Amino acid sequence: MDAAVAPPAVASFRDVYRAELDAIRSAGLFKEERLIHDPQGAEIEVEFPAGAAPKKVLNLCANNYLGLSSHPRVVAAAHAGLEKRGYGMSSVRFICGTQDIHRELERGLSGFLGTEETLLFSSCLDANAGVFEALFGEKDVLIADRLVHASIVDGMRLCKAMTDTYKHSDMGHLEEKLLEHADKRFRVVITDGVFSMDGDLAKLDEIVALAERHGALTFVDDSHATGFIGKTGRGTPEHFGVHGRVDLVTTTFGKALGGASGGCVSGRKELVDMCRQRARPYLFSNTLASVIVSGTLEVLDLVSESTERRDRLEENTLFWRKGLTEAGFDIKAGASPIVPVMLYDAKLAQDVARDLFAEGVYVVGFFFPVVAKGQARIRTQLSAAHTRAHLERALDAFVKVGRKHDILGKTKAEIVARYGL
Amino acid sequence: MDDLRIAILDYVRREYLEEDDDRTLTPTTRLISGGIVDSFSMVSLKRFLERKYDVKIPDADASPEAFDTVDSIAAVVERLAAVRA
Repeated sequence: MDAAVAPPAVASFRDVYRAELDAIRSAGLFKEERLIHDPQGAEIEVEFPAGAAPKKVLNLCANNYLGLSSHPRVVAAAHAGLEKRGYGMSSVRFICGTQDIHRELERGLSGFLGTEETLLFSSCLDANAGVFEALFGEKDVLIADRLVHASIVDGMRLCKAMTDTYKHSDMGHLEEKLLEHADKRFRVVITDGVFSMDGDLAKLDEIVALAERHGALTFVDDSHATGFIGKTGRGTPEHFGVHGRVDLVTTTFGKALGGASGGCVSGRKELVDMCRQRARPYLFSNTLASVIVSGTLEVLDLVSESTERRDRLEENTLFWRKGLTEAGFDIKAGASPIVPVMLYDAKLAQDVARDLFAEGVYVVGFFFPVVAKGQARIRTQLSAAHTRAHLERALDAFVKVGRKHDILGKTKAEIVARYGL
Repeated sequence: MDDLRIAILDYVRREYLEEDDDRTLTPTTRLISGGIVDSFSMVSLKRFLERKYDVKIPDADASPEAFDTVDSIAAVVERLAAVRA
C-alpha cells in the first residue's frame, strides 16, 4: 500500500518507528549487516558498505573458534545427512519430529560433556529461554552473575521464581546471597562459563564448591567454551576440575561446534527429563534439521579424535594477547580467545573498527546497550583457522590504526580524557 | 538528610556499585531508570528494607517506579511504617 494513501493509524505507526530508527541512527547506535560472499573462515569476502565490491579481509570477529564452520568433513557429513534423512521434520519432537540421529546426538553430547542426559534445542537461546520456566517456580530463587548473557536474562524473566544477582565473579557476594535466600526450596547459581563480552572465565571451581556447601544447584552457559576450554575441550567444568559436578549446562553448536545453529541443555537426568516434558521452546517448535544434526555429529567426532585444533587456538590466543599488550593496547586480561580491546568511547570504537576494515581486518565495535556505558570496545576473537601470518598481519594493522588514534600505551584515564565516554 | 535515606543510600552503594565505581549517589539519583539497579536485583533491596524497618512491602509497592530513587523508596517505607504504627 502506498504510504501516502494509508489510513491514519498506519501512518501513525510508520511515523513512530521512523522517528525511533532516526534516533538510533543519530546516536550512532544503528547496527548494519555486512554481506559475506563466501564460506565462513579466517579470510572472508565482505561487501561493505552495501553495494561495494566484496573485499577480502581477515576475520577477527567470528565465533568460529575451532575453524570448523567450513571443514570438509563437516560439510560432507551435512550433505550425507541431507541425502539420508531429508530436509525438514515438519513436526515438533514429541509428535513425529524425532529421528534416530537426534537421540544419537543427545547421547554423544552427554558423553562429551560428561553429563547424564541431554536435550536438543533450536538454539542455546531457546535452551536458556526454556530451562528455568520448566524447572523452577515461586518457591525457588535464581541467583545470577550480573554479566550473564542476555538469553539467560530473558529465560529468568519467563520464570516465576524469585530472581537475584551477585556482583560479577564476586564469591563473597554470592555467598551472602546463598545465605540470604536459605529459606527457598531450590537456590540456583547461574553463570556463563566464559563471559562473552569480557572474555573472562567464571570461577567455576569456587562457584561449585560454594553451591555444594550451601546445597544449591549450579547452572553454566558454556557457549563460549564448549569444544576448546579445558585440556580436551570439554569446557569450563573440565578447565576447573569440576567435570560432572555442574547440575545444568547449556551450550551452542553455533560457535565452536561447527557454527551452524542449535543448542542443548545437558546435566542431571531428572532435570533434563523435566525439560523434555515442560520446556516450551522444545514443545512448541521444530528441533534441529537433520542436516545440522549430521554436521554436528561429525564435529563431535573431530573434537573427540584430537585436541590439535583447541591447542592451536590456545597458541594463537597467547600470541595475540601478548602482541596487543606489547603494542600498548588496553586489553581485558584473561585466557580465553575472546580478547576485548578497550576504547571506552562508542564513537572511537566505531572509528577504529572502520579504519581496521580499510586495513583489511574485520572487527566490530561494541558499545551500549551491548556493554555498559563508557565500556565501548572492539571484541577480537581468535580461531584455530588463523595462521601466524594472519595474526602478524592483523597486529600490524592494529598498530597502524592505534598510532593514528594515538591510543597506544595510553591508560584508560588518558583515552577517556581525549575521547570522552 | 535523615537516617532512613542515609541507610538506603549506603545499602545501594554497597550492594549495587563496584568498588571502582565513583558515581555520586543522592536521594534523587535515578536508580532503576538510570541503570544502577536492575529489576532482577531489586529483591535484595526490598528484603533489606523489610528486615531493617520491620515492614512488609507488597509487590505492588515495590514497582520499578516506586523504587527508582532513594526519596521514593523512603516514602514507601515511611508510609508502610506509619500504617503499621
